[in-house]
Amino acid sequence: MSAPQKRLEVVGRSRRRVDARAKVLGQLRFADDLVLPRMLHAKLLRSPHPHAVIESLDASRARSHPGVHLVLTGRDFPVPFGIMPVSQDEYPLAPERVRYVGDPVAAVIARDEQTAGEALELIEVKYRALPTIATPEEALAHPETRIHDYGEQGNIHRNQAYEFGDVEDALANADHVFEDLFFYEGNTHLPMEQQASLAAIDGEGKLLLSSSTQNPHYLHRQLAQVLQIPAAQIRVIACPNGGGFGGKCDPGGHEFVVCKAALLLGRPVKIGLTRQEVFYVHRGRHPVLMKLRTGVSRDGRLTAMHLQTLLDGGAYGSHGPASTFYTGVLTPVTYELPRFKFEACRVFTNKPACGPKRGHGTPQPRFGQEVQLDKIAEKLRLDPAKLRLNMVTKPGSLTASWLRVGTTGLAECIRKAVEISGWKAKHRKLPPGRGVGIACSTYMCGAGVSIYWNKMPHSGVQLLVDRSGQVTVFCGSTEIGQGSDDVLAAIVAEVLGVDTGVVRCVTGDTGLTPVDLGSYSSRVTIMMGNAAMQAAERMREQIAGSVCETLGTTPERVAFSQGRVFAAEDPGKGMSFAEAVAITEAKLGTLSTVGSYTPPKPPGKYKGGGVGPSPAYSFSACVVAVEVDEKTGWIHVPKIWIAHDIGRAINPVLARGQVIGGVYMGLGEALMEEQVFRRLPPKLSAALVHRIPSMLDYKSLTALDMPEVEVALIEDPDPNCPFGAKEVGQGPLLPVMPAVANAIYDAVGVRIDELPITPDKVLAALELKAQGKTPRIGPARFPEVPYPKPMFVLPPWEGGDGNESKMPRPLGVAAS
Amino acid sequence: MMRLPWFDYRAPRSVEEAAKILAWEGNGAMLIAGGTDLLPNMKRRHQMPQTLVSVRQVEALKKIANGSGLRLGAGLTLTELLAVRGLRERYRALAQAAAQVATPQLRNMGTLGGNLCLDTRCTYYNQNYEWRKAIDFCMKKDGEVCWVATASKRCLAVSSTDTAPALIALGARVKLVSAAGEREIALAELYQNDGIDYLKRKPDEILTEVLLPQPDGWRSSYWKLRRRGSFDFPLLGVAAAAKLAADGTVEAARLVLGAVSSHPLVIKSDALAGRKLTDDVIAEIGEAAQSRAKPMDNTDMDLRWRKHVVADFVGYALRELRGDDMSAMRLRIAKQLV
Ligand SMILES: Cc1cc2nc3c(=O)[nH]c(=O)nc-3n(C[C@H](O)[C@H](O)[C@H](O)COP(=O)(O)OP(=O)(O)OC[C@H]3O[C@@H](n4cnc5c(N)ncnc54)[C@H](O)[C@@H]3O)c2cc1C
Ligand code: SF4
Repeated sequence: MSAPQKRLEVVGRSRRRVDARAKVLGQLRFADDLVLPRMLHAKLLRSPHPHAVIESLDASRARSHPGVHLVLTGRDFPVPFGIMPVSQDEYPLAPERVRYVGDPVAAVIARDEQTAGEALELIEVKYRALPTIATPEEALAHPETRIHDYGEQGNIHRNQAYEFGDVEDALANADHVFEDLFFYEGNTHLPMEQQASLAAIDGEGKLLLSSSTQNPHYLHRQLAQVLQIPAAQIRVIACPNGGGFGGKCDPGGHEFVVCKAALLLGRPVKIGLTRQEVFYVHRGRHPVLMKLRTGVSRDGRLTAMHLQTLLDGGAYGSHGPASTFYTGVLTPVTYELPRFKFEACRVFTNKPACGPKRGHGTPQPRFGQEVQLDKIAEKLRLDPAKLRLNMVTKPGSLTASWLRVGTTGLAECIRKAVEISGWKAKHRKLPPGRGVGIACSTYMCGAGVSIYWNKMPHSGVQLLVDRSGQVTVFCGSTEIGQGSDDVLAAIVAEVLGVDTGVVRCVTGDTGLTPVDLGSYSSRVTIMMGNAAMQAAERMREQIAGSVCETLGTTPERVAFSQGRVFAAEDPGKGMSFAEAVAITEAKLGTLSTVGSYTPPKPPGKYKGGGVGPSPAYSFSACVVAVEVDEKTGWIHVPKIWIAHDIGRAINPVLARGQVIGGVYMGLGEALMEEQVFRRLPPKLSAALVHRIPSMLDYKSLTALDMPEVEVALIEDPDPNCPFGAKEVGQGPLLPVMPAVANAIYDAVGVRIDELPITPDKVLAALELKAQGKTPRIGPARFPEVPYPKPMFVLPPWEGGDGNESKMPRPLGVAAS
Repeated sequence: MMRLPWFDYRAPRSVEEAAKILAWEGNGAMLIAGGTDLLPNMKRRHQMPQTLVSVRQVEALKKIANGSGLRLGAGLTLTELLAVRGLRERYRALAQAAAQVATPQLRNMGTLGGNLCLDTRCTYYNQNYEWRKAIDFCMKKDGEVCWVATASKRCLAVSSTDTAPALIALGARVKLVSAAGEREIALAELYQNDGIDYLKRKPDEILTEVLLPQPDGWRSSYWKLRRRGSFDFPLLGVAAAAKLAADGTVEAARLVLGAVSSHPLVIKSDALAGRKLTDDVIAEIGEAAQSRAKPMDNTDMDLRWRKHVVADFVGYALRELRGDDMSAMRLRIAKQLV
């Protein structure tokens, strides 16, 4: 329907977010705030061994401990789970094998947490220790110590290879080939809220789970599978999350445990994980070793890239198959890259499982590529900002790998970041010890395919209005602190011309709301938003059609603005929104509309081409200033400038908050965050433990460490997105780490090719520099990885059609 | 969440009463002041006292007295300590150390006495029971081996108090009271270089007071190395105090390092006497201090690097004493001016 063009009234204006009041007043109820009558408490016994067979488990003493109601073990859970259909490799409680220190093996349900904790100590478990794998190198070298008996081979979980155009040929013909190794240490999400779950049986005997989860829909499916009860008998409520960042995407063992216990006992059962357990549940950033071989022309254009990655996956599959893809697939989206090959391998190790963390798999290769570009610019004596600006991908273009770029504000982001940071006056011009660095990035606005294969919508919205003038919007989307409820309310309010204050959001409840796939892959604003827009437009149409007669105009000329409905040509003639609804309700009966959204089909048709396509991509450019003390290597970051192409900011103050939050997390990853493990002298101990599973010792920035961040939002509305709005939840994190590394080079002339960048590494590099050696700290070698033969796909400009095709030269004959 | 073990709780109102309870209860009792160190430790099952004797109700421990010098009650919270009039001007190192302990919230609870008696720290030890079980414990608690140095006969856990080095540099003494009597000792004498028996305090003694001499021409400075501007324990503390003649010649000086040993490490600084704080002299003392520091791989950051920067940090402190404007460096290191 061609509604009269009106100025945007809600969208684009900074507002207090809809859930702010409850948050500030402490009224919002997180999962751990929930209390039910007769509620019991669960606690998990976790393995102290990194890799062992459970020989026996005797829980009899725990069962007879006063106050204990139930003890569950692996035997109670015969069916495995896993977020991805191809990696069903985990049990709520390990039945016979433990694979990392922290793997849950038993659960006690007792009258209170203290009693449950006491009873855990009474469970006797006999373990037979197995050899352990601590690193990807060990995983590759010791296929005989198999952590899982599925996967590609040995300890290789996933192994992927793609080649878009003949890369060796292009590299052989390039003016320069740059070869670099990078390492990105793993790190974790560190949400403020530790996971908590409460399971209860409702009056009809159905299971109700309230949980801190980002993906109630996937959790719902997995509960049905593991508990072997019909999904219709289960309701999952995603409580507002106190931060997620990807850490609450996988179903957690504890969620199955409380459900099973509630079913068996008929009483509510709650669990709250300790901070240490959150480090064990993990699913955070994969440690990734990378090798980049990049061909460059004399004038600074990329001709080809060969990217190899090796991911340390930890003990379970988790989102691993997707993570593996993501260490490659988004690489060609930022700059024109005629040919691209990427090989990626994920291995199992005896550590908590890695998974999706903000940026999912893409920050690592982005770090490598953006630091390498800095080296290229230096070698070719080009300004690194200009080098990038000259080769940004064109709007609407395809990449060599058949991703459709859509709108792009990257060029504008670079210009803006250069401008506000005073880049030209600073880069290579500051006194020794001070420097600036630039880097860019892109991210998806939602994954183009669902985690399990299906043809249904990715997001559904239902709208109810009634004569009171209230608007209730139902959607399965999940508020994890990012502000998705606010976006939902704003979009509906804008279309219906009302204030967000009359819109009530009911979200994240599989018993009440239409399916939305969840808060991951930066999909919510665009997918939920498009579905909401459709539902709201349908509602507006019904109302317009019903009141136009009264207003003496045609439906197309009915305007909705500021809580009023009126004739566009005669704004004085009109009525309140509530009156308009009443007239419509009288004419049409009870009013409800629905909307749904399914992403467009991707242009790439080759197998595996489903990972990477997105309805739109966001872009960012970031400049970081650093001060490095040449005597100590101490790093100080006084200021960061970032420009982010958001398409359109629905609520600018919220969008800025997301950008700054992303920068905050990125800076922490750049400078200190690391999820690292410790072995003891092997003669004395087989331990393999998390070094620092606590908030105090796992270092992330405090408020005092945060520099001023100047944010520029670049608004170039994308037609695939609601009101043109792209994502902002993940993208702005991505350019920060390489920009820091590049700034350090500008300041003191040393390359730190691994994260985090700590003062001791800077000092070590400065010492190398003083000795006349290559001033670089970073990985020295890339191990032999048995990558498979790549799938060959011709790029669009070489006559490809998006399908797998024949390699133009005989395979195995390397170009010289 | 992590839960506390069971314990009895006593809340005496006077030092005498507290001392009596301690004497009566014997080794099963422990004092608790702000609890910011002890309670997390109890949750991790480091200490499991049967009885906690709280000194929070003991008004006498909150006393501040000016006379010949300054007497500070051990029960003052660090926030209250920082509010003591003239502290910054007269005993700058103490103010700078106290202001950099933990976070504002913890300083509102944590006390001076608790800070001086703070348990030593180690990344193999400051972990919960289950974690420690996964490494089969260590010598300091429940186990045999020291994982930091498996050949070591003693525990090498780190003295991590910020105020102790500052107070020792300022020449502080402390008063210890028990049912049997009281004694006053130099603060440096309270400590010994053993990660387990790090205090020479007897289990029934209460630290009641800290006594500072008149500043009498002494200046002081405290610098702290930690990863972040807030929250973190020291990886290195440098406390320096000196009495300077009008022309800048050092008449007497004290230099104490924190967090590089199991006790505050007093560095011999006689070499300073009679000399001026020139760059060369500062470098010389810095190197001497650096060679004494023995950081271990049981706290945050790379240990060689931590040793390497000792001379730099000693330099910051001495330059501040000399009167250099160190505020830009302060901001880069501490993220705040203290
Ligand atoms: C996250 C975190 C960060 C921290 N960072 C720092 C830091 O940067 N620097 C630092 O120095 N400390 C730090 N601390 C430790 C602690 O907060 C402070 O040292 C605080 O001053 C301890 O005082 P308290 O009163 O809370 O001690 P408590 O916990 O009450 O007691 C500590 C110990 O002292 C004993 N004790 C207490 N009072 C007396 C007394 N009057 N006589 C004899 N014995 C006594 C107790 O028995 C106990 O063994 C940190 C703590 C946390 C949790
Ligand atoms: S220094 Fe050694 S004995 Fe002491 S706490 Fe650490 S590991 Fe244990």
